[in-house]
Formats: sequence, C-alpha cells, structure tokens
Amino acid sequence: MFRVLGNRKVTPNAHEMIVEAPEVARKAQAGQFALLMVNEHSERIPYTLSDWDKEAGSVTFIVLEVGKSTSDFVRLQPGDEVAHVTGPLGMPLEVDNFGTVALIGGCYGLGGVVPVGRTMKAAGNRVITFVEARMEGMHYYLDKYESFSDEVVQTTTDGSNGIKGHGVDILEARLKEGVQVDRVFAVGCPFMMMITAQLTQPYEIKTFAALNPIMLDGTGMCGACRCTVGEETKFACVDGPFFDAHLVDWHELRDRRAAYIRIERDVCK
Amino acid sequence: MIEAARCLACKKPKCVAGCPVNIDIPSFLHLIEEGKFVEAAQKIKETNPLPAVCGRVCPQEEQCEKVCVLTIKHESVAIGRLERFAADYERNAGKIKLPEIAEKTGKNVAIVGAGPAGLCVAGDLIIAGHEVTVFEALQKPGGVLMYGIPDFRLPEEIINAEVQTLSDLGVNFRYDYVVGRNDTIPEMLAGDFDAVFIGSGAGLPSFQGIPGENLIGVFSANEYLTRANLMKAYRFPEYDTPPIEAGHVTTIGGGNVAMDSARTALRLGSRSTIVYRRAREQMPARDEEIHHAEEEGIKFNLLTNPTKILGNSRREVIGMECIRMELGEPDDSGRRRPVPIEGSEFEIECDAVVVAIGNKPNPLIPQTMEGLELTRWGTVVTEEHTMQTSVEGVYAGGDIVSGAATVISAMGQGKVAARAMDHYLRTGKNPDPPPPPPPPKEKSKKKKE
Ligand SMILES: Cc1cc2nc3c(=O)[nH]c(=O)nc-3n(C[C@H](O)[C@H](O)[C@H](O)COP(=O)(O)OP(=O)(O)OC[C@H]3O[C@@H](n4cnc5c(N)ncnc54)[C@H](O)[C@@H]3O)c2cc1C
Ligand SMILES: Cc1cc2nc3c(=O)[nH]c(=O)nc-3n(C[C@H](O)[C@H](O)[C@H](O)COP(=O)(O)OP(=O)(O)OC[C@H]3O[C@@H](n4cnc5c(N)ncnc54)[C@H](O)[C@@H]3O)c2cc1C
Ligand code: SF4
Ligand code: SF4
Ligand code: FES
Repeated sequence: MFRVLGNRKVTPNAHEMIVEAPEVARKAQAGQFALLMVNEHSERIPYTLSDWDKEAGSVTFIVLEVGKSTSDFVRLQPGDEVAHVTGPLGMPLEVDNFGTVALIGGCYGLGGVVPVGRTMKAAGNRVITFVEARMEGMHYYLDKYESFSDEVVQTTTDGSNGIKGHGVDILEARLKEGVQVDRVFAVGCPFMMMITAQLTQPYEIKTFAALNPIMLDGTGMCGACRCTVGEETKFACVDGPFFDAHLVDWHELRDRRAAYIRIERDVCK
Repeated sequence: MIEAARCLACKKPKCVAGCPVNIDIPSFLHLIEEGKFVEAAQKIKETNPLPAVCGRVCPQEEQCEKVCVLTIKHESVAIGRLERFAADYERNAGKIKLPEIAEKTGKNVAIVGAGPAGLCVAGDLIIAGHEVTVFEALQKPGGVLMYGIPDFRLPEEIINAEVQTLSDLGVNFRYDYVVGRNDTIPEMLAGDFDAVFIGSGAGLPSFQGIPGENLIGVFSANEYLTRANLMKAYRFPEYDTPPIEAGHVTTIGGGNVAMDSARTALRLGSRSTIVYRRAREQMPARDEEIHHAEEEGIKFNLLTNPTKILGNSRREVIGMECIRMELGEPDDSGRRRPVPIEGSEFEIECDAVVVAIGNKPNPLIPQTMEGLELTRWGTVVTEEHTMQTSVEGVYAGGDIVSGAATVISAMGQGKVAARAMDHYLRTGKNPDPPPPPPPPKEKSKKKKE
C-alpha cells in the first residue's frame, strides 16, 4: 500500500498530492510519470511526476480534478492509502546544454515543468519559465520556479495577475524582439501544447510536448495511448510522453482523448 | 472414473511425451480411477504447478490427447478434462497440500513477470530451496491468464488460488514493478539477486498498418480484453474503467485471441463478427474455440481482408472496407496464400474494431540491459537445454522466447530453465551435458491426507 503524506489545495480545482512510493522516487527522472489506482476498483490513471524525494521515498503530483478518478484521489487525506502506484514510466527526457530553454506550463503542467526546469538548469541552460493560468490565485510553486529559472513570466488569460494572455503569446513577443530560444518544452492541456507548437514552428525552434492520451496499462501492452507522430504510430507510454511537437497530429490526440466523455459524464451525474 | 478407466496404462505412454511438461498421465488417471482425486491432483503437481489452468486452456487435442494410443481406434482419453477435474476437486475440497521444500540455499532469484512461465519457475525454485521474488508490472498476477483469457474460460479465482499456493510456499510477489524502469536486470544482479529469469511475455500488440487504425473505437485485442478482464469494465460503474459500448464489434484475426475477443464482445452486449483473411481450416484457433464462437452466434467472414477502417467527422468508427480473398499458391508456412479478388471490395458496418493479429515482445528489457542477444523478431535467444540467455545468470522462457505460443509451452520452458538455474545457483555452472528429458519415474510417494 502507498500512504498519502500530503494533500494541499493549490487552486480551486487542483491539489498537490504527496504519496509514499519509494520505488518510484528512487528512479524518477524528468519527463516521467506514474500510474495510480486509488483502490482495487479504480482506473489506472497517469499523473506526471512533478517532484520526488529519494530520501523520504515520496513523490508529488499536481492533480486537476476533472472526473471520477481524479476526485477520488484528491479526496484522500494524509494517512489514507492508495492501492497501487506504478512508475516511473515513460522515457526520461533527453537532457543537454541546448543554450536557452523556454518552459511553458499550464493546468497540471504548472507542476509538470518543475523537474524539466531543474534538470535543464543543472545541465547549464538558461531557463525562462512561462506559467499560465486562468486568473489570479491560480499560480503556485513560484518559489520552485525561481529556484531554477533565470526568468519567470506569469500570465493570466483574464489579466488579473501578471501579463494578460497565454504563455505562448508572451513567448512569441519575445521571439519577435529577437530573443534567442533554442528549445521549448510544453506541459499541459493539448490545446495549449498545440498552439505552442504552431507558434514555434516558423521559428524552427525544436519543441517538445508531453502528450496525454488515454492510457490503460502504461507499459506498452495495450496500445490505447497510440498517437501519430510524424506519420508514424507511437505508444505515448513507452515511446513518450515527450515528442517533437511539430510532428504530432494534435487533432487526433484531442479526439481520441474524448473517447469516453459521454459514458464518463453519465456516471458523474 | 469411467473415463479414466479407459486408459490402457501403456508401458511407453505416448501421452506423456506429448505433454510439454511430461505429466505422469497414466499414474494420475489411475488414481482418479481409484477415486483418489486429491492424490491425482498432487501427482499432476509434481510436474505441473498450474493444472487447473492447463486443464482448461491447453490445446490438448494437439498435445497429450493427440498422441494417445486410443486415438488410433477410438477417441483419446479426455486427459485435459480429467486434469481439470482433479485440480478443481483438490481446490474445492480445501485439500491443497504444499510440497516439501528443500533445505534453504540462501540464493536469491528474481523473476520478471507473473505469467505462466514466471509462475512455473517460481514454484520449482522455491521448492528447490532458493528465495524467490516475482516482479510484475501490473497490479495482479497471471499475465495473459489474468488480463487476456476471459473469465468465462478461466475464472480469476483459479489463478488467484494457484498464486496463493506459491505465496504459501514463500514466494515473494512484488506488483506494480516494471523491471527496466524500476531496477534493471544488471542492477538486480549487482544487488540482491544471484540469477534472473525473464518471463515477460509477448505483450506488444501488432496492427496491420491500414488507414483508420487510430480511429476511436479501434482497439488492440490486448486493450479490449484488458478492459474487460483485468479492469472489470463490464462491471462499470462499480469498477471505474469504462467498458466499450458498441452495437457491432468486428474482430480481425483467426487465432484464440480473436475468438476470445469476439466472444467477449457478445458478453458485453454487442453483435460480433470475425473477419479472417484465410479459410476456416487455416484458422490457428483451437477447433473447440471456433465451435463455441459459432454456437454463440458469432458471424464469420472468412477469406476476407480489411483494407480500411472508416470513420465519421468525430473520428469514430462507422465501418470497415474489406476485400474478398481466394487461396492461391502455398507460402513458406505451407499454407495456401490468400490473394485478393480484384473488384470484390465491400463494406461492413460496425462501430468498434478489435485487432487481434498478434503480439510482439515488449522491447523494454532488452533496451535496458547490455549484451542480451535477440532474434530479428525481437525475441530473446536462449540455449535450448538450459534456457540461458547470452548473459550469464540470466534465463528466459515463455512468449518472450518463442513468440506468442501457449501456456503449457511457456511452462515447459520454465521447467527447463528452473532445472538449469537450480544447478547454476548451486554450482555456479550450467548443467552439462544437457539433461535428458526426465523419464516418467515412479517417485517415492508421500502418503498423507
Ligand atoms: C502521461 C500523462 C500525464 C498526466 N499527468 C497529469 C497530471 O500530472 N495531473 C493531472 O491532473 N492529470 C494528468 N494527466 C491527465 C489525467 O490522467 C486525466 O485527467 C485523468 O485520467 C482523468 O480521469 P477522471 O476519471 O478524473 O476523468 P474522466 O472524466 O475519466 O476524464 C476526463 C478526461 O481525462 C482524460 N482521461 C480519462 N481517462 C484517462 C486515462 N485513463 N488516461 C489518461 N487520460 C484520461 C480524457 O481526456 C477525458 O476526457 C496525465 C495524462 C497522461 C497521459
Ligand atoms: C487472449 C489470449 C488467449 C489465449 N488463449 C490460450 C489458450 O487457450 N491456450 C493456450 O495454451 N494459450 C493461450 N494463449 C497464449 C498464452 O496465454 C501465452 O502463450 C502465455 O500466457 C505466455 O506466458 P508467459 O509467461 O510467457 O507470458 P505472459 O502471460 O504474457 O506474462 C508476462 C507477464 O510479464 C509481465 N511483464 C512484462 N514486462 C515486464 C517488466 N518489464 N517488468 C515486470 N513485469 C513485466 C506482464 O505484465 C505479464 O504479466 C492466449 C493468449 C491470449 C492473449
Ligand atoms: S498439461 Fe496440457 S498437454 Fe499436459 S497433460 Fe495436461 S492438458 Fe495435456
Ligand atoms: S497414451 Fe492414452 S491410453 Fe496410453 S497411457 Fe496415455 S492416456 Fe493412457
Ligand atoms: S497505455 Fe497501454 S500501451 Fe500505452
């Protein structure tokens, strides 16, 4: 069993969940995720590893409450147990000194960019972190971003905090000013990652996005997570989750993620 | 008992040679004939740790029963059914007796995968006195037995009971553990373990590469069956994983996996059709399974090859375009090759497609260890008398070695590996010369009940 060590509400619909999972913490690398089952009847749900502590044997997830599985998870309190945590899964991110790296995080990606930023900084990159949220009060982890970023840019879509607009809009403005960016990493909802990819394409900046298709086993056995990347079918759980964002078929990803919406909604009623 | 009595107790029983784990068939049949059902089950377990499973899923008609001398004149003894009966009797009577364990050696063995190959090695090596830990990626044991083969053919309780016996013997099971992502095999060998057995199966689904395969409503058989079996989607919303709701499911393929998928579709309330590109005689599925499928009302579209899966604007499956085939010249496998009949394209309306055309080995383990020799199909190369891989101390068996095969062949390879591993753990060497197949010996029987 895996004990819940912490549950903190970071925005009205997102929780920072800390779970005891020593085997996951021991091996975790930036870019990876874990699968979690709250109880024996639960779905196997993937969550990005947003932090881990090898000594304490714990891992941290940012969980956005969207449906049954995520709300079952965030309802747990310290001392409660989850039935299964499997991980780390997925390919670790390729880390190198690329020069200047831009991170774009939205939704749960506000947590997901943290390990990416840390390893990129440790590899000698200049790191600019763009974090976007809908409105004021939805930003968190600023101290974490400060610890690895040369610059943190906060945006809100309604302008109530930081700059008004999407993270990518600001990135675009910077690029137009002639700021040199060598790599972009985007973690968040498919729409945000897609527009990021569309924006960086004309500038020919290598851009990587963490794809989030529906998953089942997370070990390459079922193929539920297949995505089209550069005309090829890839299994996001073993070949990814990070892929070259310019090659991803974003519309397919969006549609495939919607596969169970109808039936899931019925059960939440 | 009457059925068991038909056995002639041949001096050189062919049936035993036909069974990949060489069960002492005449002896256990004799025990059944005498009404000693528990003893019969124990007799079987001397060589086969999973009789309740094998009695159900073995292709007996191709193995032990095929070569039974009675087939020359009549029908063979129903060995598989009797094996199943004895094992079920023992389990239901609560009379499962644990075999004795040899003196502890202090050696540690890691087993990758809790499928039939891994379970078989675990059983043999714990009895031989070694410490055994099984690492399984999923949340439950059994491999394909649990996530693939449906409950109506192999109930989950049976797998759990067999695994419970192994736990009682002292086998340590670690679930949610992905070897290669958690510790790699080299790390295991450098750490606590003296030898490793790879029984990771063939779990990477193949697709045909036709247009439309990534539409919503196209599933690999693994996904379709895993949702139903492992995740219990048919009990949604009691279980959280949503089931696949479809009016008409079309399954592509002609093997056992296709039959299981098509029969599962019926049970999930869908109409069910199988599309297979060769003729009925060439279907790799067991005859018995094809019969069941036909009786249950599954429609067969033979000599039919899908060319395209059709979708609507929301990317949902609405049908499949197929072409009729006819049999041409024999191919490498000796089967007559199906060739498309020009202009015979037609459409099948359906809202889900299950692709059951085979699995390949998962590359995770070879990717995370150096020096593991592979074939060009990605299976692991082993020495056939020991199942040792190209890496010392690392053995492999089951579908990861032979490609998608059978439960009992996976266990047969597990047996061979366990024997070699026991020798290696005790002496640091592989057995040499290769051990001859064990003759059906009359072991000193432990009498107790
Ligand atoms: C690699 C990866 C990393 C992810 N990291 C995070 C994270 O750190 N934090 C976070 O909050 N969310 C993360 N997600 C998304 C998260 O898995 C889904 O939000 C979650 O499964 C929703 O389940 P639900 O039952 O609460 O909602 P549902 O009502 O079931 O579904 C809501 C939406 O979530 C998606 N979804 C449903 N089931 C799955 C599934 N089994 N696998 C993936 N997506 C699914 C679908 O698009 C669906 O429309 C990640 C997804 C992937 C693939
Ligand atoms: C639907 C279906 C029906 C079948 N019907 C029959 C039948 O009727 N009769 C018959 O004889 N055969 C049948 N088979 C074939 C038979 O099930 C297989 O040949 C047999 O299960 C192979 O056993 P195995 O131990 O090699 O592998 P598997 O059963 O595949 O088990 C491998 C296990 O290893 C785990 N694993 C993989 N990688 C890792 C890793 N890196 N770390 C940890 N764990 C890992 C997997 O999760 C899995 O649990 C069927 C197969 C399918 C798919
Ligand atoms: S294990 Fe299979 S092949 Fe062997 S005797 Fe039993 S049914 Fe026959
Ligand atoms: S071959 Fe048939 S008759 Fe002979 S021992 Fe085996 S089961 Fe009995
Ligand atoms: S989730 Fe099953 S293959 Fe990726």
